[in-house]
Amino acid sequence: MTTLHDPPPAERVPALVEQFKGGLNAPICLTWEWTYACNLSCAHCLSSSGRRDPLELSTEEIKSVIDELQRMQVFYVNVGGGEPTVRPDFWELLDYAVGHQVGVKFSTNGLRLTPERARRLAATDYVDIQISLDGATREVNDAVRGPGSYDMAIRAMENLAEAGFGDFKISVVMTRQNVPQLDDFAAIADYYGAQLRITRLRPSGRGADVWDDLHPTSAQQLDIYTWLLAHGERVLTGDSFFHLNALGSDPLPGLNLCGAGRVVCLIDPVGDVYACPFAIHDAFKAGNVRSPGGFDRVWRESALFADLRRPTTAGACSGCPAYDSCQGGCMAAKFFTGLPLDGPDPECVKGHGAAALASVDAGALPRQGKDHSHRTVPLGMPAVRTARPDRLCDESPLAGAPLAQHLKGTS
Amino acid sequence: MSSHAKAAALDLAAPYRLSPSVALRPEPFGALAYHFGNRRLSFLKAPELVELVRGLDRHPSVGHALAGVPDTRRAAFRRALASLAAADMIVPQRSGTGAPP
Repeated sequence: MTTLHDPPPAERVPALVEQFKGGLNAPICLTWEWTYACNLSCAHCLSSSGRRDPLELSTEEIKSVIDELQRMQVFYVNVGGGEPTVRPDFWELLDYAVGHQVGVKFSTNGLRLTPERARRLAATDYVDIQISLDGATREVNDAVRGPGSYDMAIRAMENLAEAGFGDFKISVVMTRQNVPQLDDFAAIADYYGAQLRITRLRPSGRGADVWDDLHPTSAQQLDIYTWLLAHGERVLTGDSFFHLNALGSDPLPGLNLCGAGRVVCLIDPVGDVYACPFAIHDAFKAGNVRSPGGFDRVWRESALFADLRRPTTAGACSGCPAYDSCQGGCMAAKFFTGLPLDGPDPECVKGHGAAALASVDAGALPRQGKDHSHRTVPLGMPAVRTARPDRLCDESPLAGAPLAQHLKGTS
Repeated sequence: MSSHAKAAALDLAAPYRLSPSVALRPEPFGALAYHFGNRRLSFLKAPELVELVRGLDRHPSVGHALAGVPDTRRAAFRRALASLAAADMIVPQRSGTGAPP
């Protein structure tokens, strides 16, 4: 969503994407998980959520971080979890954030979106809602997110639409099972007056356990790319498919770079700050909001973020003509599949990732440090595993733009 | 979305100001502008443009404000302001210099 105009050559300024590489004074896209607790146990949950962590930030601590974000002029945050609405203070914190000029887009599986709550939310400015749905049919969705999760999500959408909550988001993690349903997802979004958002499956959290079975095939990657080129105008992607840009000469709309530590970061439920929502691992931990100087100091001074803001090299990808298009892909996807960070993405569309994966020792893969999964005992029933809402930012600054450039905020 | 915005064409003869709904956050490249009403984010990609936008309400017209911009950059700045007006980031003032609409 960008208004473009061509400046004369004398006024050509570096593309935003180049400016972003050096980092910003504050994140544009801050994901903030308020709890590891979740009523579901999605198979691909990127934060391995399930059980609350006893060290989670208290109501007062969250408010104090909101105060800090207001001072830093972080205008909105993407709140997730776990299932954030299971926090008893969730609505209080939502109101507090909005009252302090920190808009909230929260991801939910629909648990608490009753008709009455939907009406109250529809009357609240500055709140956006993202419903997670990973299948356009009950069968496909519930296989990943657990029994009952499809009906719960649909009920929440009906309540939001009924309440007149305009333009909420339906957020889909693309899997081998649901790529053929892209048109069906778009139809569901249209039906409820919602906007479709599709994002890439990452091998993060429990996603590592199911990645081999769920990540799209090469043919499906091309389907996603082609579909986005045809329908991308109305569809959000969290800029998560930039690794597919090497499939053709037409770049997908959005930010073609890894924003980790540059424009993006994650605050997890215990206050740890990570470079991105898909990288909950000590290797990507920049600090904690409880430490002196708070989040602001972590964002500005962490050695890890300083490192991520330095110019990168193409590493093993240097010499590949597609590198400018794909930028080497996703750091987290590489890390959790055991690939070097300066090499190809595991889903490299040129096939270099698959080749590299062949020599990875599966037993030596890095594990996410924090597993809050439900301890379930299968009693002849399939374990209920469902993903916690996915999230990432949707801001899509287009590159090569003029002096003033726009994008729609919290969508 | 820009296609939905009622195309607020920039009137060079009229006085403008930064919308009261907009906050500017300083950034290394210039500033990030956020509109709390329509939730749009814009990037002002030159510090001089940020100064121009901040000081717009001190001028009797946009044209007057642009007159202080060096010749080589004026056209680009005018386009930037037009784009900001189309996004409701800057808005006309109904009367006189510095007066809120």
